[in-house]
Amino acid sequence: MTQRWSAGVLQYAEMGYWQPDYEPKPTDVLAAFRITPQEGVPPEEAGAAVAGESSTATWTVVWTDRLTAHDNYQAKCYRIEPVPSPDGQRGPNQYIAYIAYDLDLFEEGSIANLSSSIIGNVFGFKALKALRLEDMRIPPHYAKTFQGPAHGIVMEREYLNKYGRPLLGATVKPKLGLSARNYGRVVYEALKGGLDFTKDDENINSQPFMRWRDRFVHCIEAVNKAQQETGEVKGHYMNVTAATMEDMYERAEFARDLGSIIVMIDLTIGYTAIQSMAKWARRNGMILHLHRAGHSTYTRQKNHGVNFRVIAKWMRLAGVDHIHAGTVVGKLEGDPGSVAGYYDSLRVNTARPDPAKGLYFEQDWASLPAVMPVASGGIHAGQMHQLLHLLGEDVILQFGGGTIGHPMGIAAGATANRVALETMIKARNEGRDYLSEGPDILKQAAKRSRELDMALATWGDVTFTYESTDTPDVVVTPS
Amino acid sequence: MRITQGTFSYLPDLTDAEIAAQLQYALDNRWAVSVEFTDDPHPRNNLWDMWGLPMFDLIDAAGALREVNECRKAYPSRYIRVNAYDATKGRQTTALSFIVNRPADEPGFRLDRSEGPDRRITYTTHPYALDRPAGDRYPS
Repeated sequence: MTQRWSAGVLQYAEMGYWQPDYEPKPTDVLAAFRITPQEGVPPEEAGAAVAGESSTATWTVVWTDRLTAHDNYQAKCYRIEPVPSPDGQRGPNQYIAYIAYDLDLFEEGSIANLSSSIIGNVFGFKALKALRLEDMRIPPHYAKTFQGPAHGIVMEREYLNKYGRPLLGATVKPKLGLSARNYGRVVYEALKGGLDFTKDDENINSQPFMRWRDRFVHCIEAVNKAQQETGEVKGHYMNVTAATMEDMYERAEFARDLGSIIVMIDLTIGYTAIQSMAKWARRNGMILHLHRAGHSTYTRQKNHGVNFRVIAKWMRLAGVDHIHAGTVVGKLEGDPGSVAGYYDSLRVNTARPDPAKGLYFEQDWASLPAVMPVASGGIHAGQMHQLLHLLGEDVILQFGGGTIGHPMGIAAGATANRVALETMIKARNEGRDYLSEGPDILKQAAKRSRELDMALATWGDVTFTYESTDTPDVVVTPS
Repeated sequence: MRITQGTFSYLPDLTDAEIAAQLQYALDNRWAVSVEFTDDPHPRNNLWDMWGLPMFDLIDAAGALREVNECRKAYPSRYIRVNAYDATKGRQTTALSFIVNRPADEPGFRLDRSEGPDRRITYTTHPYALDRPAGDRYPS
């Protein structure tokens, strides 16, 4: 005991941050870190160091700990598991460290505080070669302190009056350079042809070639005209991302006053700004779309950074209604198991631990509304059976190039996607084996739809088969 | 024009056998099927008239199809849709909704623009059918 409090440097493990007997409380926030210790650093010490540096510790003993109930505030590394190597041979010298944090360590309803605690200092720690936050368990006691999605999937569908199928969207292309009038034309054609939504891209804000106000005015004309011609509710995600909160509120209020049903923000605006916009969106009856701009800088490498499933959970707490979460088959990173785990984290009320999906913990959301995942980037009508099989029904499928690049025009591209989607839903509901019969189901539907026929002829065999840089450690062998 | 509300409006109108297959899918999921009709197809008109109550506890699609056809007989020139309702916790909303009958002629909508200051326009979607009194909106 005296040694624990003598001035000087002690191993973190000896300071109480390694507690293999600790039984996590239902109220604890739990984290799973992938740690790669420096040579000679035992994994328990590395895990304890992560626990220490993400909670109360500093590099040396401080007597002022004794003024506190330090046992309570210390995070506890309670389990260390070696990561199996894919070939079953010697492991990659990586470990999963499970750490428990007392609920009192966090401010209620603040992603900024949660993330400053969990990932604030520890990622630059010298005793580790690399560190990755793989997953978190947010206890209901903490989840309930957040607003959660401004509307959620159920309310969004009732708002749109669209049920029983994925929603369809497209990002306007080229994403930079169009004048407001031409931009509005793309929106109109795509919505009239059969899409439910169109979208500003992440980097279209208010540039010299098109100022935000002009874009909004032209887009709302397009939305209303497409509504008139189809009898359906339509929307365009108006990107209100800007330099300051004042600017964002101004743009969002203008979009609201024009009658838009949805606004959009980028992940780059920061967690606090996202939470502010989520509150604004609920107050003003606007759906809130989040583009995960920038996330791959820290989510993609397997040994270091933050896994996207953690970002997905944080954004559900923060309160967005939509978030891009991967396509599996498109042009952007996304292994099937991991993407299924992201989708579960966004959509279900209770998730079980599932190594094949990269889910380390049980997660009970305590009825926090669900976030609609968005699948975007290099997908086309010819993949409809795979998309439905992999991503399910509560998802927005966004075909940007796969709408606008259609040889017969944008509206035809949109119609092709809608026909393919409705055909596949109908076949699925009829009990057909739509995954294996998919190409044939589409071919039959194309006989009645020249738009779909041309889409299949143009993109039918386009695939993006690259190996994922990030996969769960456990890969299920196909049976 | 063709109003494209509902899950299958971009496909050819469903045959009775195809409708029955969708009904069976809904019933197999333990969703309550209901039939609704309207002569006001405004995209934000959620409150179509109910053709009886939702058919809770129904197992066989034939019964639901019979209701669809009774409704068609009574209102041949109106929009009729089938809804399937999922009452499970966390969902508690419509799970599937598709049009099974539409007027022979669909006049569609007029878009009214009211010009305001600083280039702001207020839009109103007006169904042409609403120019006539309820019950007399589509020729039968």
